[in-house]
Amino acid sequence: MAATPLSNFRLLIIFVTCFIVISGLHAGVLIWLGIKLKLALIDSIISNLPIVVACFAVSNGLKYYLPDKNRWQYIITWCIGLSLLCLFISRTALVNLFEEEDYLQFVSQSLPFRFAICFLLIGWMAMISVLWNRQEQQQEDEKRKTDAENLERKAELLNLRQQLQPHFLFNSLNSINALIATRPNEARKMVQQLSEFLRGTLRKDEKQLVKLEEELHLLELYLDIEKVRFGHRLQTEIICNEAEKEKLLPPLLLQPIVENAIKFGLYDTTGDVVIKIHVSTNNNQLEIEIQNPFDAQSASSNKGTGFGLSSVQRRLYLLFARNDLVKTSAAENIFVTTLIIPQV
Amino acid sequence: MTKVIIIDDEPLARSLVREGLSTMAGFKIVAECGDGFEGMKSIQQHTPDLIFLDIQMPKISGFEMLELLEKPPAVIFITAFDEFAIKAFEANAVDYLLKPFSQERFEAAIKKFITKRGGEPEIKSTQKLLETVAQAAPQNMRIVVKSGNKIKIISLPEVIYFEAADDYVNVVTAEGSFLKNKTMNFFEHSLDPLQFVRIHRSYILNVQHITRIEVYEKENYVAILKSGKQIPVSKSGYARMKEVLGM
Repeated sequence: MAATPLSNFRLLIIFVTCFIVISGLHAGVLIWLGIKLKLALIDSIISNLPIVVACFAVSNGLKYYLPDKNRWQYIITWCIGLSLLCLFISRTALVNLFEEEDYLQFVSQSLPFRFAICFLLIGWMAMISVLWNRQEQQQEDEKRKTDAENLERKAELLNLRQQLQPHFLFNSLNSINALIATRPNEARKMVQQLSEFLRGTLRKDEKQLVKLEEELHLLELYLDIEKVRFGHRLQTEIICNEAEKEKLLPPLLLQPIVENAIKFGLYDTTGDVVIKIHVSTNNNQLEIEIQNPFDAQSASSNKGTGFGLSSVQRRLYLLFARNDLVKTSAAENIFVTTLIIPQV
Repeated sequence: MTKVIIIDDEPLARSLVREGLSTMAGFKIVAECGDGFEGMKSIQQHTPDLIFLDIQMPKISGFEMLELLEKPPAVIFITAFDEFAIKAFEANAVDYLLKPFSQERFEAAIKKFITKRGGEPEIKSTQKLLETVAQAAPQNMRIVVKSGNKIKIISLPEVIYFEAADDYVNVVTAEGSFLKNKTMNFFEHSLDPLQFVRIHRSYILNVQHITRIEVYEKENYVAILKSGKQIPVSKSGYARMKEVLGM
């Protein structure tokens, strides 16, 4: 649970200073009204000490019970009650401590005034506590919301990966199984490629940026495996210069897009297929274009379109706070996805 | 000789089935196909006794291909990973192979095929399987039909209404109507009930295409479509419609 404003050291100092000033003023006013110094000081301390205690009580009480916005009457009632209590305590103490007639008369005459000050101070404390606690609560809500979003995002990505991976994995194992008898060397090569690819997708700290070169290597492994599965139907074209290979991007960002390209370009078509990945630099931004053919008729009626894409968009938004980093276009049976990655 | 066709979009996967069969006497592979379109043509041409069928294939799935066949042959399904399909196989006691499979498992499937021959007619059990699949699959968004020699994929929003036609159902779209060998009950239960309403014994209507409903004689109603066509609405159909449209 949130702390009270008075458990913050800086605010406590301010609070104490305020009360020293108020007590000083209190004594000063009494002296100005013609009351003796000693009497004025004792009066000030006896009057203000209960208020300090009441302030602590209010601030602590509101920590455990924060009323709704439209229940402010409760707080006012509490403040009035506490003020009366403080007044009663200080008056009783003063009456018992002193015997001067004049002074005692002054005390009873000034009671309404004393009550007003008492109420204002306690009310002021209550108001600060309420505002403080509300803000604290809001911050906590905010934090919970971002936590939830993070969790959701992770689950989403995991879900996405699992949707595509098992199919790919089992089919690859099946291809290896077929190669073992007839072309054992190729089988061995494919086992190595598959292991390296899986290792690549498993490591990865989400937040750590990686070099484009590493990502492209992973994609090549993936595409090479698909080439073994689908024979000569699949061709790939990756264009990227040396300088661009050194640029940084979030890990596994391209993977779901290329998987989509394979899903619509290769799994869902029958002819020869070229999948292109073109990298360029523009205004200190990395631009990656992924092209695949698609079958308009079956793709439009196919379910699950765009899920991978929206998760990529979301990731880029969370990283760069921009919504314009993923673009898609479709023309003449060619689908193009363009990613923009700002270089910070 | 048992005539066999292998239908799988991966050449290496087909070669595994071929290898498996090579050790068994009495089987002859008459064709190998890389997708459902080819598979269907080949089945019509060769009328095989047994097919090995992959589920995930380009353009139309293995299930969609089976739906198009008048007399489907015996099937041994091969799949890598399709949770809902596997559930459907289990529910209908249909044999299937999971990639990658062992030679023992492959032989067991062949033996099962041999003993099952002459048991329950294959068409019936295949149809039962397809119905389970349609209901278990994540809401299917399309219907595959045959029109002459061509195969057409209709996405559901394009469908205006379904009309009963003897043992078939007529799927009506703006482009024309196509016969599908399914029942009205099948469509009524597998389509989204908020989108497609059974308004009459003989009609299931896509609510997106209605403009208004008028009274037609005493207790009967008629739905008027955007194209101007009128379709009869029965009393119970009217009640269902009212519920869906929130009238």
